[in-house]
Amino acid sequence: MDNMDYKITIGLEVHTQLKTSSKLFCGCSTNFGASPNSQTCPVCLGLPGVLPVVNRKAVALAVKAALALNCKINSPTKFDRKNYFYPDLPKNYQISQYDLPLAKEGYLEIPNPKSRSPNGTETPSYDGAQSPRRIGITRAHLEEDAGKSMHSDAGYSLVDLNRTGVPLLEIVSEPDINSPDQAHQYLTALKELLIYLEISDCDMEKGSLRVDANISISPVSDVSLREVPRRASGDDEVISKSNEIASSRQGGIRNDSGETKLGVKTEIKNLNSFKFVAKALEFEANRQIELLKSGKEVVQETRLWDEDKQETRPLRSKEDVQDYRYFPEPDLEPLVINEGWIGQIRKTIPELPAARRVRFVNQYGIPEYDADVLTADKELANYFEECVKSYNSTQRERSPASGGKAISNWLMSEVAKYLNEQKMEMKDFKIKPQELVELVKFSAARQITSTAAKEVFGEMLKSGKSATAIVSEKGLLQVSDQGEIEVFVKEALKSNPQMAADYKAGKTVVLQALVGQVMRLSKGKSNPEIVRTLLQKHLSEK
Amino acid sequence: MEIDDKLISHLAYLARLKLTDKEGQSLKGNLKEIIDYVEELKKVDVANIEPLVHTVEQTNVWREDETKPSLPADKALQNAPAKQANFFKVPKVIE
Repeated sequence: MDNMDYKITIGLEVHTQLKTSSKLFCGCSTNFGASPNSQTCPVCLGLPGVLPVVNRKAVALAVKAALALNCKINSPTKFDRKNYFYPDLPKNYQISQYDLPLAKEGYLEIPNPKSRSPNGTETPSYDGAQSPRRIGITRAHLEEDAGKSMHSDAGYSLVDLNRTGVPLLEIVSEPDINSPDQAHQYLTALKELLIYLEISDCDMEKGSLRVDANISISPVSDVSLREVPRRASGDDEVISKSNEIASSRQGGIRNDSGETKLGVKTEIKNLNSFKFVAKALEFEANRQIELLKSGKEVVQETRLWDEDKQETRPLRSKEDVQDYRYFPEPDLEPLVINEGWIGQIRKTIPELPAARRVRFVNQYGIPEYDADVLTADKELANYFEECVKSYNSTQRERSPASGGKAISNWLMSEVAKYLNEQKMEMKDFKIKPQELVELVKFSAARQITSTAAKEVFGEMLKSGKSATAIVSEKGLLQVSDQGEIEVFVKEALKSNPQMAADYKAGKTVVLQALVGQVMRLSKGKSNPEIVRTLLQKHLSEK
Repeated sequence: MEIDDKLISHLAYLARLKLTDKEGQSLKGNLKEIIDYVEELKKVDVANIEPLVHTVEQTNVWREDETKPSLPADKALQNAPAKQANFFKVPKVIE
C-alpha cells in the first residue's frame, strides 16, 4: 500500500494561559520571570485550611474565547479535582473541569486549500468560492497550571511553584484534522484569534501556549465505512461521550458507534513550536504507517518529540493507565453564566481576523496576500485602516479603493523592514497614520521619486518632522515641468555624444544610461517618465 | 462489585499508601460495606431528579482580578523537607 492509502486523524489539545494579573484561585501575581517561589501563598502552595476563590476575569476571558470559538456555554459549570502525584503539584490534585466544562461543541474555521501545487503545498483561499474548513472544538475548560521542575543529572529535581495556579484554558479539538499542514493551520488560526481577542499572549517560549497532539492512522478501505454523520447539536449522549473521551486523554480516537474504526493513537508531547508540531506529526504518521505496512501494531502511548534527533520516542513505559479519579471540587461553588453576562462579553468581541481579511479585500481592493499580512497583526490592521481613512478624507477624487494598495505597499515594505530591524512592535511605531499618508501621497502622485520617498521616510523617523517639511527643505519635489527638464536633457545629450550616436545606430539600450545622466544633472528630481519621453523625442530628431 | 486484594493494592498505590496485610484486610472489609451501601442507594428511582452539583446553594462566589502580596520565598519554603537556592528539592522524577 502506498502512503496515500492511509488516512491521518489528528486531534489537538491546546493549553493557553489567560491574560490575568492574578492567579485563578488566589491573589498571587502571574508575572513571568520572577525569582523562584516568590509568587506563592498558602492557597497555591496547597497548605491546609485554605479556600480557593475564582478569579472573575479568568472566567470572563474563558467565556470570550468560547464565544469566539462558536461554543455553547455550560451553565451551571463546575470544577473538579483531577488526582495525581507529581512534585510540581503541591495539592496532589489539579483543579480542573470534568463533566461540565465551561464550553462545548464549537468550531474554528481554517482556510480551505484552493489548489494543491505539485510540491504539495496548499494555497489558502478566502475568496468565498470555497467555504473555509471547520475544525470542531469538543470542549474548552478552565484549569490551574502546575509548577515548573528542573531536572539535574545528580538525581534530584528543583521545583518552582510560581506557575502553580496560573489560569489556563484547555481547548480540545475534535479529531477533524487530516494532515500535519492542517494542524499547523489550525494552531495558527487559534493563536491569531486568542491574541486578537486579548485572551492570551500565546507566547510559547514563556509557556503561555502549549500543544499536545493525538494522532492515529487508518487504512482508507476502513475509512470509507467510517463516514458517520457529524454529531447533531443537542445530542447529549454523544456529547457526554466526547467529554469523557477528551477528559481521559483519548481525543484522537472517537468511537461513536460500531461503524467507526480508527487506528490506535499516540499522544505527542514536548511540542515547543508550531513547526515542531507539524514535523513531529509528519514523523509520527510515517512511523505508524510503516508499522501497519509491516503488519505490526501501534502501541497506545505518550511519545516525546526530540528536536535534536528529529524523531518521536516513548516518554516512559506506561505500566498503568492513568487513573485520575475525578470528583467534584467541594471547595468551589458552581458558576452560573447567565445570558446577560454572555451578552456583555459578546459585545467586547471585535471583528475577527478571518472576517476582516475578506472585508479588506472587498472594501479596499487589496490583494489577498496583502490582506493576510495586514490582518495577521491587529495593530497593523488598525493602522492600515486609519491610513486609508486619512487618505480618503483628504482626497479630492474619492474612490472606495483609493490608496489601499499604495498604503499596503508601504506598510509591508518600508515600515515592516524598519520594525523588523528595530525589533519593534507596531504599537510602538512613532509615525502617525496621517503623517505616513502625507508621504504615501507624495509618492503615489509621483511628486517625489521612490528613492526620495525612502529618504524622507528615514528622515521622518529620525527627526520627527512631517513629510511635507522634509520634501520642501530638501527640495525633493520632482520636476515635471517639461521646459525645465528639457534643459537637462539637452545638456546630457551634448556631453554624451557617443551614447546619442549609439542610440541612433540602433543600440537603444543606452537610453537607460542617458536617463541616469539626466537624473544626475537634475539631482534626482526629474520625473523619469518625462525624461524618457523627452530623450526619445530629441534622439529621433535629425 | 467485587473488592479483592488486587483492587486494594491498586487503590493503595494510587493514594501512595503503604499498607500492612492486616490494614489491607481491614480496609477491604470497610470498603465492601461502603460499596454495598452505595449499591443499596442505587435502587432509588432518580429518573426525574436533577443531579446535585454542590451541596451549598450558592453560585458565582468570585473575586476581582487583583494581585495581593505573596509569601516571601523563605516563608514559602519554610516547611520544605529539602531545598536548594529557593527551590523545593525533590527526588528526580523522570528518567
